[in-house]
Amino acid sequence: MKKLLYKMPESLSGKEFTYCPGCHHGIIHRLIAEVVDELGIREKTLVVAPIGCSVFAYQFFNMDGTIAAHGRAPAVATGMKRARPDLYVFTYQGDGDLAAIGTAEIMHAANRGEKITTIFVNNAIYGMTGGQMAPTTLLGMKTTTTPYGRSAENDGYPMHMCEFLKEAKGIAYLARTKVNTPQDVEKTKKAIKKAFLAQVKGIGFGLVEVLSTCPTNWGIDPISANKWLEEHMIPEYPLGVFIDKVGDEK
Amino acid sequence: MRFIFAGFGGQGVMLMGQILAYAGMIEGKNVTWMPSYGPEMRGGTANCTVVVSDDQVASPVVDKAEVVVAMNIPSMLKFQDYITENGYFFLNKSVIDREPDRKDDVKIYKIQCNEIADELGNLKVANMVMLGAVIGATNIVSKESVFKALEKKLTGKKSELIEINKKAIEEGIRKAREQ
Amino acid sequence: MEKVMVKGTEAIGEAAIRAGCRHFFGYPITPQSELPEYMSKRLPEVGGVFLQTESEVATVNMLYGAACTGTRVMTSTSSPGFSLMMEGVSYMACAQLPAVFVNVVRGGPGLGDIQPAQGDYWQATKGGGHGDYKLIVLAPSTVQEAVDLTVLAFDLADKYRTPALILADGLLGQMMEPVEFPEFRDLETLPDHSSWALTGANGRKPHIVTSFDIDPYVLEKMNLELVEKYKEIEKNEVRWEEFKTEDAEIIITAFGTVGRIAKSVVEMARKDGLKIGLFRPITVWPFPYKPLEELAEKVEMFFDVEMNMGQMLEDVRLAVKDKKPIAFYSRMGGVVPTPNEIYEALKKEIGRRVK
Repeated sequence: MKKLLYKMPESLSGKEFTYCPGCHHGIIHRLIAEVVDELGIREKTLVVAPIGCSVFAYQFFNMDGTIAAHGRAPAVATGMKRARPDLYVFTYQGDGDLAAIGTAEIMHAANRGEKITTIFVNNAIYGMTGGQMAPTTLLGMKTTTTPYGRSAENDGYPMHMCEFLKEAKGIAYLARTKVNTPQDVEKTKKAIKKAFLAQVKGIGFGLVEVLSTCPTNWGIDPISANKWLEEHMIPEYPLGVFIDKVGDEK
Repeated sequence: MRFIFAGFGGQGVMLMGQILAYAGMIEGKNVTWMPSYGPEMRGGTANCTVVVSDDQVASPVVDKAEVVVAMNIPSMLKFQDYITENGYFFLNKSVIDREPDRKDDVKIYKIQCNEIADELGNLKVANMVMLGAVIGATNIVSKESVFKALEKKLTGKKSELIEINKKAIEEGIRKAREQ
Repeated sequence: MEKVMVKGTEAIGEAAIRAGCRHFFGYPITPQSELPEYMSKRLPEVGGVFLQTESEVATVNMLYGAACTGTRVMTSTSSPGFSLMMEGVSYMACAQLPAVFVNVVRGGPGLGDIQPAQGDYWQATKGGGHGDYKLIVLAPSTVQEAVDLTVLAFDLADKYRTPALILADGLLGQMMEPVEFPEFRDLETLPDHSSWALTGANGRKPHIVTSFDIDPYVLEKMNLELVEKYKEIEKNEVRWEEFKTEDAEIIITAFGTVGRIAKSVVEMARKDGLKIGLFRPITVWPFPYKPLEELAEKVEMFFDVEMNMGQMLEDVRLAVKDKKPIAFYSRMGGVVPTPNEIYEALKKEIGRRVK
């Protein structure tokens, strides 16, 4: 007897992911797709891909989509949502896109309470351009532009986007999660669902920061990367739900 | 006919020009109204240019004007040389206590705008006293057209001010025709 | 319709609404802030959306987003603000997104000043942003023309799926003239973008709107598609005005505000018996090369007048080639030339050449 245990979510296009081995983007894509499926909103959802490794995100989702200029995904999503409030719009952004060049757009979209959803993937490094320092790079961490390790004096401190954002009144859901263990994958899915529900219910802006690995640019294997995330990123970026105006599902 | 209205910011020179242009439009004439704009508008001098013509108004920018209205001394000094020969020079006598250098080849009208406005009960209509004088002397548009323009321009709460503005216009026309 | 006296900036705003635009994103900058102010008051009255953005950078990307959904959308700005939008404009041109931009040009470069200028001609017509692209650029010279061209800009942007630009200046933006507005467009009659717009992949394959392809051969195809489109626009959409050119011996070339000031110069010169005419491009891209070239066969010389260092002058040269001499007069930094001053310069030029 055969039993179907798992199938690809309808919200994924089926195009093979092009991400490096051990990268978390694929997991996070799948979680978003599952959530969109469960909410039954695929036909009404638009994806805004960023500039960065996930620039191809629009190809992996089975939805209408575009690529925003670097950092401007929240502005693009704002334009879409204001033009078509009946649709659902989410941005998928990395740490360079959201926390460096796009800080103004994310701050203002969140503060306006734009009814959009943002999935923010923080792996503490620039991936696509080849391992340069990100705003979220840890102190002492070596990158191709911090060959001696990030120093607070020269490069400033790691950016805590959730902590910056948590005072914004327009945010309906704000959380930081990780996906390096199966349990965390489940927790992240719940958080992503709430961030979408914030939009579906018309409450306000929703954002989930997902801590993620980059084995390629960290220069370690995927298993060590999962461990490194646990040991080094968690102390700097504690997990948690910062804002939840969505409430629990019945 | 080309007009320059100039004075302090707050003297209502922009509105003077707009009402004249509006009245011109009501009479089917071609008109433009062009303000000077910029930081100097805040408390400094303000001026606007109005062209009223039977022909298409090509240039809204003028380097000569048949009529210059100066509501204060700096405006009088700045624009006196713009006036064409035998043109009109209107001076707000309430504020301008000296003679212009340009006086021999122009028609000068000195109007006590502030005092007249004060007597009417609102100092703010000094600009309309002057506009009345301009119309009384030049006959560029009819009084009725100016009244219609006022009704178009002063709407909502401001419509209460239509009557006193009309009185100011009439008083200005009378004063100009006395001179 | 009854004529009304309105400022240039407000006239453009009302014209946009009549053209069916219900979405405006903008950031304040002098001398055009009256336009966003007008829209903030007017759009809610007609069920539209006004949003004051955090920057011009955000603005252009909101336009990108709204245009992705096939919605008529507009912004206005002034020179430094338009520079900030350049990246997004390039994205929109490549992604083939219709939208209308208004640049109320002020003195530059840099912070410049807030007075009327024409120093953004090159930026508007030769690119401005990165990559191979063109904008449809309309240069009104009266408030009425600003109204008419705003409506046209929306129609052309939709027809060719490309951003269009109203290239105005501080003088046109601030001045008041009587205008007649067109009737309100029935929103149901706006162009159908359902074949490409992002409206949700409901019962169809997903639509993707991007300015991107990693494969150079595919991107080249996208480039060639744009080239074909631009050729089509050049073929169909060239617009210009000729004033007293029939018997003219000297042609003044000027656009926008200077174009109308030059009309006064023509009248002054005609009174003195000089056979002067005016050639005023209305679309500065596509530029009216051919009609200008045809004039070059008939006249003695050209006199180009601009409020910049000679930007349209290059296009005039491309049209006239070496057929006839071209003299040039300009003011910069926000100084507007008066009819007398242009006329004096013209007479000097004629005198120099007669000797």
